[in-house]
Amino acid sequence: MTDLLRLSGVHTHIGRYHILQGIDLAVPQGQVTMLLGRNGAGKTTTLRTIMGLWQASKGEITLAGERIESLATPDIARRGVGYVPESMAVFSDLTVKENLVLAARDGPLDDTQLDWIFGFFPALRRFWLSRAGSLSGGQKQMLSIARAIVEPRKLLLVDEPTKGLAPAIVMALIECLKEIKRKGATILLVEQNFFAARELGDNVLVMDNGTIVHRGEMAALAADVSLQERLLGLSLGAHQ
Amino acid sequence: MMILSGDPPRSRILTLVLVVIILALAATPFLFPGAKALNVAAKICVFAALVASYDLLLGYTGSVSFAHTMFYGIGSYAIAIALYGMGPNWAAVATGIVVGLPLAALLALAIGLFSLRVAAIFFAMITLAVASAFQVLASQLSWLTGGEDGRSFQLPELLRPGTVLIPKSLFGFEINGRILTFYLVFAVSALMILALLRVVNSPFGRVLQAIRENRFRAEALGFRTVFHLTYANCLAALVAASAGMLNALWLRYAGPDTSLSFSIMLDILLMVVIGGMGTIYGALIGATIFILAQNYLQSLMGVASNAAGEAGLPLLPGLLHPDRWLLWLGLLFIASVYFFPTGVVGRLRKASGDKSAGSSH
Repeated sequence: MTDLLRLSGVHTHIGRYHILQGIDLAVPQGQVTMLLGRNGAGKTTTLRTIMGLWQASKGEITLAGERIESLATPDIARRGVGYVPESMAVFSDLTVKENLVLAARDGPLDDTQLDWIFGFFPALRRFWLSRAGSLSGGQKQMLSIARAIVEPRKLLLVDEPTKGLAPAIVMALIECLKEIKRKGATILLVEQNFFAARELGDNVLVMDNGTIVHRGEMAALAADVSLQERLLGLSLGAHQ
Repeated sequence: MMILSGDPPRSRILTLVLVVIILALAATPFLFPGAKALNVAAKICVFAALVASYDLLLGYTGSVSFAHTMFYGIGSYAIAIALYGMGPNWAAVATGIVVGLPLAALLALAIGLFSLRVAAIFFAMITLAVASAFQVLASQLSWLTGGEDGRSFQLPELLRPGTVLIPKSLFGFEINGRILTFYLVFAVSALMILALLRVVNSPFGRVLQAIRENRFRAEALGFRTVFHLTYANCLAALVAASAGMLNALWLRYAGPDTSLSFSIMLDILLMVVIGGMGTIYGALIGATIFILAQNYLQSLMGVASNAAGEAGLPLLPGLLHPDRWLLWLGLLFIASVYFFPTGVVGRLRKASGDKSAGSSH
């Protein structure tokens, strides 16, 4: 299994804060890699650094063998990286349709892809011409994910998609991400919801204080309650 | 619908108001006699286009520029200097256009590339600095620009007031060069506003709106936002320069006060805000309200003051004295921002949206 994305020795400074302190990680092609860790561990910063939204101050980031750490964000996106930021990042003044057309940047929307998306998120078809700002939180998150998958991407970076959503919508999201995974997508997924992580993840990385403190298979972590407690301060039973 | 680029006013009252304004402007030479009415109508046309181009920047990309009057001035001076230097002929008008428009676009490109990749505040500051420098330059280069006095010039034969195209005996109205100039201003302004409406409703315009809302998200979708912002800046500069050209042709004069001063910049800002940002239609409404108030509030207050005096009311005659017109203009603006925070267009659209419960989408 080759690695699609690889970070080695990546440091990121934000102002005078040293957030990422030497990240080494690999995201294997065609798998879902979970990035877990408590708040403030540097998970979002890791995604933003990969995306070029924060500049890495040291280290190498390679995507499919190509160095990308000094590229600008749009150029990284054009190499096939889709980013779903935290907190329902839709363009609220535009309609659902316009949001998706924007995401399809280089051409018209693909109807079969759209039907596939509508299959998971029927609400998007219903509110096709409504302003995205008028959608509910869950619908916005659906749109945000739809925007990332409306075009085929090599790699998806998804930041806490289930945050603040109702349980039923979380289940729909998990189903959707599973389906995206079955289609062969490579995903790096930040998640606080351990249930979602266990359902989706092939591999797991746990961060703390700007470094990776654990790497392994998701199933192994899911099976080892004492390891979970040590790494994440939680037990699966309490979070199901 | 084609001509409005699929972006109708979306409010019955707004449509009515717009139609009334446009018809009144188009019929001004016949409805309202006198030079003042025609001057006011021409100014409304020029400013509607100028303000619409500023709306492309402020309303659709969220970038605050203080250099808009500079581009307006470049257009004015290009026409004035060409006609002053080459004499009143069409070749001079063409020269003014051929020199003025590329100059405005190049300057906008330079400012955009230097400052739009950094934070919005730098763009505002740099435009302020460049515009101030340009203003000083225009008054210092008096051999070229006429300095503080500006440049007066003659128009080509066809556009002069003395040129009678259709004599009064034919329809009861005289169509002369002045009226032809007015319709030139009217038509070119209308075309520019329609073109801007086309731009903001194109896929390019959607990207601008996305950038306004969140530039990083737009970049994460793969858009090189500096390119989009710079392009919008150049388009706005081109329209502003063209509006400046129309203004110079109408006034037969270009000078610092009529085309470069910062008070014009403030007027533009107020008109955008009053009309409604990010709507393009707001430009026409804002320009109409503002320029009508600027020109007629004083005389209106004179009438009101006299009436109050004759009725023997205390205090009111003094408050309404024509000399206090700026106070009332100021109050009018505060009231309009307070009651119409999204501008007249935003307010009217919201009202009609509430009634039809979302069917406007």
